[in-house]
Amino acid sequence: MNNVGWLTIFMLSIFVGFEVISKVSAVLHTPLMSGANAIHGVILVGAILITGTSSGGVQLTLGLVAVVLATANMVGGFVVTDRMLEMFKGRGKAAKAASKSSAATAAAASGGTTAASAAPGTATDRPAS
Amino acid sequence: MSTATQVAYLFTALCFILALKGLSSPKHARNGNLVGALGATVAVVVTVSQRHLGHRVPIIIAIVAGAIIAVPAARMVKMTAIPQMVAMFNGVGGGAAMLVALDEFLRLHRVDSTAAAIAVAFTAIVGSVSFTGSLITFGKLQELMTGRPILVPGARVITPLVGLSAVGCGIAAVATADGKTGSVTFLVICTVLALGLGVLFVLPVGGADVPVVISLLNAFTGLTVAASGYVLDNTLLIVAGTLVGASGTMLTLLMARAMGRSITGVLFGAFSGSSTAGSTAEVVSSDRAVKSAGADDIAILLAYARKVAIVPGYGLAVAQAQHTIRELVDLLESRGVEVFYAIHPVAGRMPGHMNVLLAEANVPYEQLKEMDDANPEFSSTDVAVVVGANDVVNPAARDSAGSPIYGMPILNVDEATNVVFMKRSMRPGFAGIDNALLYHPKTTLFFGDAKDSLSKLVAAVKAI
Repeated sequence: MNNVGWLTIFMLSIFVGFEVISKVSAVLHTPLMSGANAIHGVILVGAILITGTSSGGVQLTLGLVAVVLATANMVGGFVVTDRMLEMFKGRGKAAKAASKSSAATAAAASGGTTAASAAPGTATDRPAS
Repeated sequence: MSTATQVAYLFTALCFILALKGLSSPKHARNGNLVGALGATVAVVVTVSQRHLGHRVPIIIAIVAGAIIAVPAARMVKMTAIPQMVAMFNGVGGGAAMLVALDEFLRLHRVDSTAAAIAVAFTAIVGSVSFTGSLITFGKLQELMTGRPILVPGARVITPLVGLSAVGCGIAAVATADGKTGSVTFLVICTVLALGLGVLFVLPVGGADVPVVISLLNAFTGLTVAASGYVLDNTLLIVAGTLVGASGTMLTLLMARAMGRSITGVLFGAFSGSSTAGSTAEVVSSDRAVKSAGADDIAILLAYARKVAIVPGYGLAVAQAQHTIRELVDLLESRGVEVFYAIHPVAGRMPGHMNVLLAEANVPYEQLKEMDDANPEFSSTDVAVVVGANDVVNPAARDSAGSPIYGMPILNVDEATNVVFMKRSMRPGFAGIDNALLYHPKTTLFFGDAKDSLSKLVAAVKAI
């Protein structure tokens, strides 16, 4: 591909990059940063390609170290982002389980006033997700 | 490169765009991240299984090694330490880009155009800055070093000098990139200088501004990846790197705005004295009178209030007290008290950090109020309980033009009828600035570890 071709891809990507996140609430700044961080871990592809064509010990060593670092960036980035987001989403499931178990407790003990009164509260407080 | 490989790379690029798009909305965030991970996995598998790839076994071993290091680290890290983990992952990414650039430069037949040589030098410089800069931010957040700005004597001269020398060596390397050892030496010197530049660049940044810098370095790393893509003739790296560079720049600006700071103020504030940790020592040493109380008094204050605001800060997170605070809030609500959490955008150590921590404790979403919704509520609030927060409620940000944090949007807890501060000590907050609200007559202090204090409060409210 010629240089103008590369430039075209570059410019279009800039606009897409700006566009996709131009409106994002502060709540999601940290996960978003972390997700973008994981995405640039794709340098791993570059590291693999360059290691795969390396000749000589120095080139190979540099390449392999780059592969290790890039993998850490990519894998760690996605895992840590997922953990953060789990907190947002896992809430729905956890609450459902909690209200189920508290309802069961209430039914069994038929005196669990705190559990029974807490359950409807948590159930209605769920975001629609 | 085969057509199939290129199609796979296109698929990955699209996955990344959808990932960023998904991460911008609370509903699709988690799926967005998974889509990104899927795209990345496809790209790596396709790349490793290319027919002509040499050294396949050591490469696979290296990938496994990287994953073995990263996954437990990412899984085990406490939610409070997430910001420094992100900084660390960003740093190693920058380091990888730098190494790829060096490696590329060594095989001189590839560096056949000036444009490619420039891209290599750019990657070496920016990747190095991102690498060491991220390590310093890690050190600051992990409290391995002080969160205050560190001013190296003569930094005003040294930093630009080091930067210019690095660029100069980079230019020299490009100019002599003809296969002689001279050019490699230039690039190595250039890299070493750039590594130093990364340190000098981040040292003067005040602790509270560190998240903005991490985001900026993240964007930097993205651009280095794009430059590597140009050198390696790889569309995927260009698209992915540019996406991160652009969205990272955007995110940096959004974050800075949420904190009421300008990028130049963040980066060069320490030199002009407008950093988030300016004149601290002299104010803190004042021994003005404060009012403190025990759990029983505060429990009565809370139990008979109509409306209570909880303002959580990093101190709550450090003490792992998010579950205890929820217990207290539930208890108060069962007594008919109206309770809401007022969340400052940068409560914790990063924008959105506190929401993550409270979500972990199953705090109902409806009780969380963002700053703009919370602020009108304070004037009708009987008690505002500030747990382990300080800077985000410091009226100096609103009232005193000379303060280093002047202009930062704050939660107006001083408008509440009573203010209770739960603090470990009189130590100032992360930004290192004294808070006049602590000495206000309507303020009561409750000293101790946030979790212990909250447990005592829960017991005291139950006893009423």
